[in-house]
Amino acid sequence: MNWWHRLMRKEQMDEQLEKELRFHLEQHTADLTARGMNPEEARRQARLAFGGPERVKEQCRDARGTRWLEDLWQDFRYALRTLKQRPGFAAVALLTLGLGIGATTVMFTVINGVVLKPLPYAKPDRLVTVHGHTEKYGEQWGFSYLEFLDCQRQSRSLRPMAAWTYSGATLSEPGEAEYVDGRQISSELFSVLGISLPQGRAFLAEEDRPGALPVIILSYGLWQRRYARSPAIIGKPIVFDGKPYTVVGIAPAGFRLDTDADVFTPLGQSTRPQMQNRGARFIHVVARLQPAVTVIQADTELSLIARRMAEQYPKFNEGRGLVAHPLQQEIVGDVRPTLWLLLGAVGLVLLIACVNVASLLLVRAVTRERELAMRVALGAGRGRLVRQCLTESAVLGLSGGLLGVLLAAIGIRPFVVFWPGSLPRAEEVQVDWHVVLFALAASLASGLLFGLAPALRAPARELEQTLRSGARTVMGNSRRMHSGFVIAEIALAVVLLVSAGMLGQTIVRLSSLDPGIDTHNVVTTRIALSPTNLATAGQMRAAWQDILDRARRVPGVQSAALTDIIPMRVGENSLGYWATPDPPPQDQVPLALASCVTPDYLKVMGIPLRSGRFINEQDRIGRDLVVVIDDNLAQHAFGGNQAVGKRLWIPGMSPSPVQVVGVVGHVRHWGLAADDQSRVRDQIYYSFAQVPDPLLRFFSSIMSMAVRSNIPPLNAVEPLRRELRGAAGDQALYDVHNMEQLVSDSLARQRFLLLLFGIFAALALVLACIGIYGVLAYLTSQRVPEFGVRMALGANAGDVMRLVMRQSVGMIFVGVIVGLGGAWAAGRVLTRLVEGMQSSQPATFAIMIPVLVVAALFASFVPARRASRVDPVRALRQE
Amino acid sequence: MDLPQGTLDLLIMQVVALGPVHGYAIAQRLQQVSRDVVQVPQGSLYPALHRLENRGLLAADWKETETGREAKFYRLTRKGRMQLEAETESWRRLAEAVGLVLKMSAGGAE
Repeated sequence: MNWWHRLMRKEQMDEQLEKELRFHLEQHTADLTARGMNPEEARRQARLAFGGPERVKEQCRDARGTRWLEDLWQDFRYALRTLKQRPGFAAVALLTLGLGIGATTVMFTVINGVVLKPLPYAKPDRLVTVHGHTEKYGEQWGFSYLEFLDCQRQSRSLRPMAAWTYSGATLSEPGEAEYVDGRQISSELFSVLGISLPQGRAFLAEEDRPGALPVIILSYGLWQRRYARSPAIIGKPIVFDGKPYTVVGIAPAGFRLDTDADVFTPLGQSTRPQMQNRGARFIHVVARLQPAVTVIQADTELSLIARRMAEQYPKFNEGRGLVAHPLQQEIVGDVRPTLWLLLGAVGLVLLIACVNVASLLLVRAVTRERELAMRVALGAGRGRLVRQCLTESAVLGLSGGLLGVLLAAIGIRPFVVFWPGSLPRAEEVQVDWHVVLFALAASLASGLLFGLAPALRAPARELEQTLRSGARTVMGNSRRMHSGFVIAEIALAVVLLVSAGMLGQTIVRLSSLDPGIDTHNVVTTRIALSPTNLATAGQMRAAWQDILDRARRVPGVQSAALTDIIPMRVGENSLGYWATPDPPPQDQVPLALASCVTPDYLKVMGIPLRSGRFINEQDRIGRDLVVVIDDNLAQHAFGGNQAVGKRLWIPGMSPSPVQVVGVVGHVRHWGLAADDQSRVRDQIYYSFAQVPDPLLRFFSSIMSMAVRSNIPPLNAVEPLRRELRGAAGDQALYDVHNMEQLVSDSLARQRFLLLLFGIFAALALVLACIGIYGVLAYLTSQRVPEFGVRMALGANAGDVMRLVMRQSVGMIFVGVIVGLGGAWAAGRVLTRLVEGMQSSQPATFAIMIPVLVVAALFASFVPARRASRVDPVRALRQE
Repeated sequence: MDLPQGTLDLLIMQVVALGPVHGYAIAQRLQQVSRDVVQVPQGSLYPALHRLENRGLLAADWKETETGREAKFYRLTRKGRMQLEAETESWRRLAEAVGLVLKMSAGGAE
């Protein structure tokens, strides 16, 4: 019979035990009677010889070895019963815990999906990305195509190696014309990632070359949306970017390199002029580590390759190294610290919740002291009582956990949706068994945490005294413990409040920063030129001019301009420059952000002109190349001297120096917060009309239009869309943004953090107040007789109130002091992790601490007033 | 006389080794054989019996006594017999050793 049987047949076993013992007693009695004793006396003797039957039974049950399980079951039912008896307590405790565990579980679910889950590729831990880096600018993702080919050919430890870059154009025929995002990929990409296509095939090596037959792979989404998942599309021609392509495959559902893309074309077929330019670094590289090769070994080989390239092409590669990083790290990027930060914050809330429940339990434990003492008197061991208390808190913890998992399951989607920008791997964020396990562990750990204090005091010290006196006289110890709880709660709340305050202050400061542009009534949009206009440079120039002319005719539009990059949006074109004829060492070349614009850009964006002039209609092809620079560049290159009329060497633009014709204000291109820390802060503007003919095709694929209107800017979008559709009706606007929105979005991360920290801090504040109220109400109720005596001896209501308040002020004071230390540490963490964050300022403390103190005092005021209204006569009678 | 730790188990097994026997009989036998030196509260026999049963040293069946009543009869299992032999042996050695030491110190006092 195993323990399970023994457990399940408990009733039967007990019955048999009863029978066995009865047999013993009756047999003994019978024997004694046989020897001539009278039956009454015989029964008495037999019982005496036997000892206490109940104790024997207990010990026999113990001997069975299933005792712990039976006890557990019993304790469990007992716990449920006691919880049911006090629905108020149970509801408060469960809600507190459910919120705490739920919030923690939501954060863990996100971390699990984004950071912990392996990527959906074969052996994802062997995948790396390769980056370039220079001493001056640190790491940069970009490779030039020729660098990639060299690297791919030379590397032994990283193979296969693949490359990809962004593209996108209009997809037409069959079906209506639409703009789709695309990626140009090298033929190895799918084999590097180790994924196979559900339909068709990947690109062949011979298709990844200039002049090969144009082939295309469609995303699963596009295939579903546009071709109703018909396998017949494989092998059919479609028109992309005005050229016929043959569809050879369908990518797996959910496949994405960084963001969603709808078409994939072979990178090697690209005719962009940059493909042959070693200085144009627009390629992402991913590779698979050969078996048994470590990232460090790969790095060693990469630096060897980098050195060889530097020797061969000093002009481009001097001082430029190469490093490999795990792909997962790359994809998750900078959300990792934010996530851990939030988990930490939410953990604090859970801690406060635990402390709160612990103090509630302690109150109950103290009032139950007599009950527990009674149990000891009836034979319960110390371990048994501790176990019973812990079972109760575990039941509470687990029920809270269950509620928490439910809350998490409901809350996780809104959380992901509200995440600023796009959360990487958002589709992987879901409640799975890892999450459930985590919630289980969290609830058990919290149960243990808040159950331990009451449990450890449960075993009866001075049993007799407890029984005789009731709960009142054994107060000293628990009062100290209660104060400890209140102090801990206040300290934790201080940490969260000050952190929230710091974030709030940061947002206020950042929002008041001048973005450098007048964002009011400005809308930006990208435009895909009609494929029929893409044949010659002349056609393209005319088409763009036509777009600007048409846009200006739309009612409400004041001015319109073209630009290749939009402030606050991802997108960059960094060019090296210098101001003297001799170039600085390759790795010391300063970089500037170069924007290609039309003359009205300054007017549309409202950028202030400092000196000289902006780009104008005369700056066209055939004339001297001119640039306009911003304050920063003028300061860096010319040190505050007159910059207009000076020359700059910008090899990425022209082999000969270019003329500076004007200086304009700096634009916070990288976002209000991020701009100060960005590596490239100098800015250059040059004329779209001076872009050489061979590059025009590429520029036409990346240009955006910015429009200033005197009506709400989004109202101008529909008329613009209609006006710009073009003769063939296949010229589409996409990626439309309100400039004001873009500026405000650049603080989305900070604002989101503030929102969450604000919620956490408010929760902490409320929980801490409930805790203080509960503890003080309890402590004062225990002191009622004492107050009675004091009042009988002449103390008035004010004295009693002062007495109670003094106690609470003491706790609050200590809590705030401890919390300040924690807040200072939290401030340092925040400063490191959040852009634009400044370290703790006295003002933050000066605002947040009083909020807490006032709330805490208010929470203690109610019990204090109640204490002051004690009727001395009744109080004394109670004693 | 108080019994040293574990001795009760040994005594019980010794009694049970003589043949299937119920709890009351074990108590009686212990008392008779030890000439009333070993006096345990009879009740405390049962936890020991159940513990031994639980450890697989004893097995039990419900059978009829000579008087026609149902009682729980204990018998020694194979494992119990081996355990009994091992413990008897070590007990005997311990007793001899203790006896020797006591004799020696008694001699020294004379």
